[in-house]
Amino acid sequence: MSRIQATFKSLKNKKEKALIPFFTAGDPHPDKTVEIMNTLVSAGADMIELGIPFSDPMADGPVIQRASERALKNNVGITTTIKLAAEFRKNNKTTPIILMGYANPIEAIGIDNFVSLIKDADIDGVITVDYPPEESEQFVKKLKENGIDSIFLISPTTDNKRIELIINQATGFLYYVSLKGVTGSANIDINQVSKKVKNIKEFTELPVGVGFGVRDAKTAKEVAAISDAVVIGSRIVQEIEESNDGDLINNIRNLVVEMKNSISEEVISK
Amino acid sequence: MQPYDLPDDFGHFGQFGGTFVAETLIEALDELRDMYAKYKDDPDFLTEFHHDLKHFVGRPSPIYFAERLTKKIGGAKIYLKREDLNHTGAHKVNNTVGQALLAKRMGKPRVIAETGAGQHGVATATIAARLGLECVVYMGAEDIKRQSPNVYRMKLLGATVVPVESGSKTLKDALNEALRDWVTNVSNTFYIIGTVAGPHPYPMMVRDFNSVVGKECKIQMPELENKQPDVIVACVGGGSNAMGIFYPYIDDKNVQLVGVEAAGDGIETGKHAAPLTSNSAIGVLHGNRTYLMQNDEGQIIDTHSVSAGLDYPGVGPEHAWLKDSGRASYVAITDKEALESFHNLCLIEGIIPALETSHALAYAEKIAAKMSPEEIILVNLSGRGDKDINTVADISGISL
Ligand SMILES: Cc1ncc(COP(=O)(O)O)c(C=O)c1O
Repeated sequence: MSRIQATFKSLKNKKEKALIPFFTAGDPHPDKTVEIMNTLVSAGADMIELGIPFSDPMADGPVIQRASERALKNNVGITTTIKLAAEFRKNNKTTPIILMGYANPIEAIGIDNFVSLIKDADIDGVITVDYPPEESEQFVKKLKENGIDSIFLISPTTDNKRIELIINQATGFLYYVSLKGVTGSANIDINQVSKKVKNIKEFTELPVGVGFGVRDAKTAKEVAAISDAVVIGSRIVQEIEESNDGDLINNIRNLVVEMKNSISEEVISK
Repeated sequence: MQPYDLPDDFGHFGQFGGTFVAETLIEALDELRDMYAKYKDDPDFLTEFHHDLKHFVGRPSPIYFAERLTKKIGGAKIYLKREDLNHTGAHKVNNTVGQALLAKRMGKPRVIAETGAGQHGVATATIAARLGLECVVYMGAEDIKRQSPNVYRMKLLGATVVPVESGSKTLKDALNEALRDWVTNVSNTFYIIGTVAGPHPYPMMVRDFNSVVGKECKIQMPELENKQPDVIVACVGGGSNAMGIFYPYIDDKNVQLVGVEAAGDGIETGKHAAPLTSNSAIGVLHGNRTYLMQNDEGQIIDTHSVSAGLDYPGVGPEHAWLKDSGRASYVAITDKEALESFHNLCLIEGIIPALETSHALAYAEKIAAKMSPEEIILVNLSGRGDKDINTVADISGISL
């Protein structure tokens, strides 16, 4: 069983939902990345989504774009991102790490090389924003052969036929993009999200996570109630952007603890 | 011989092209692909398209014999396909008219576009005004500075021009921003891409709409010279004017096709915008697989060219294919060479060419000298240079 599957299974047994924070590797500085990851875990993160900086992040809003720009100024690209994840893994053998990024950096270092590097780093899953299933069969096959999960996005505009196509390739969990837009966009319509998550679940046993547009504890709680995992990205990255060095770790911890408590409350109130 | 029939159903030109986008855009692209397939051979649609090309754009554009230029160089005859005479002053309008008519049929009240030199933005704003569509144009903050006349033109035409401050603040970033807008407003918005790049079906569709250029040449050249040209030369940014004139000639193997990229300060300096000529690596950007200027880790690198319209780190996937298959060849011309040819054409032929086009002219001049007077070079004069007079004046140390 993959680390991601195991995590979902154990959460399910506890009747809990997963909290998956996202931030970009190398932001605000590569020296901070492992510390931020450890902080996320101690504050209640169940998995970590680590962004691979890219010069042209076309699905990201301004907050995550700026995070990529800061990371690139620090010379953090795909290979450093993998190294930082490997460093985190040395002292944490349980928390799944999911890389999220774009196809070009992966192809630039070579798909085989990428897969072998992340396997050595003991990374658990990959989300490649601009690899729809039609264009990524070989890539997904290689990930599978190496026991790494391929996490695919499903959007409000994905119809049933495509949901079937996607679940044929997806492993680990499905990532429902809760709104039409880029990361960090306006708040989400929880009723619509709820409907679509139910719709997806008619096709698959895979857990469904929801992300894009979860900006506060209240929304996190609502999303947790109707899905298996809550992904919080831009809100965390914003905290990184706005914190000075001294407060950074504390601010991140407080934010994640607040989200985690809110999600757990939902479970307790049931 | 098998006639040329690329791309395949998924938009692939060999290993190039494709649909590399976030899931949110797939439905919109599927819809666009289906609607384009439905209308591309629809007699009513084509009648409307060609009516607009004739009465609104002013087609067909003439082919002009550059006699004094030919004499001065002393070699092959140089002919110019006068896309600069189109309404709005460049080939870009052929494609915007086609896509805007499609937007209208699809019931989309809002169109968006990216622009580098501003020519595509102006062409989009123009047709949007004529059809009563809301129009938003994304333009790199850097390009807004160097193409200010076109910015004002777009505003006069009622478009909203949004400065793009991310990344290198040029064409590629404007494209990213337009894609972000489209993801967000996909239900009421049609994205009019200005070159043969982007995800499928754009490279094919933009090529098809622009291929009116080459189709006219195939009729006009024999009328003038009793034969087709020996060489066709066109500048390549994303590659739409080049594909427009190349495409109808792909199966005419006697006609040599040459694309001219921007060598900027020189390929060897690294400050250029010539992914094909500089042997850049293959990668994925803006929805397709193609040759891309990038570093070892796949970050897209800054490009440089005196002409905003060529300042793009990638190239349309069909050009990548034409290069690899050997059907077309690609060369590069520096800023300095392009500027010389710019002034040359002004003084010798009374035509102010776009700086983009000046790259094609410079290469034509180079090879004409080595060819015989019986041979013919046809240059796609993709646009006029009025938009560039501030840039050229600046470089010449003149303040307007
Ligand atoms: C006059 C002119 N020629 C050429 C280009 C380059 O574009 P493409 O390579 O798509 O023809 C532009 C782009 O703005 C242009 O304005």
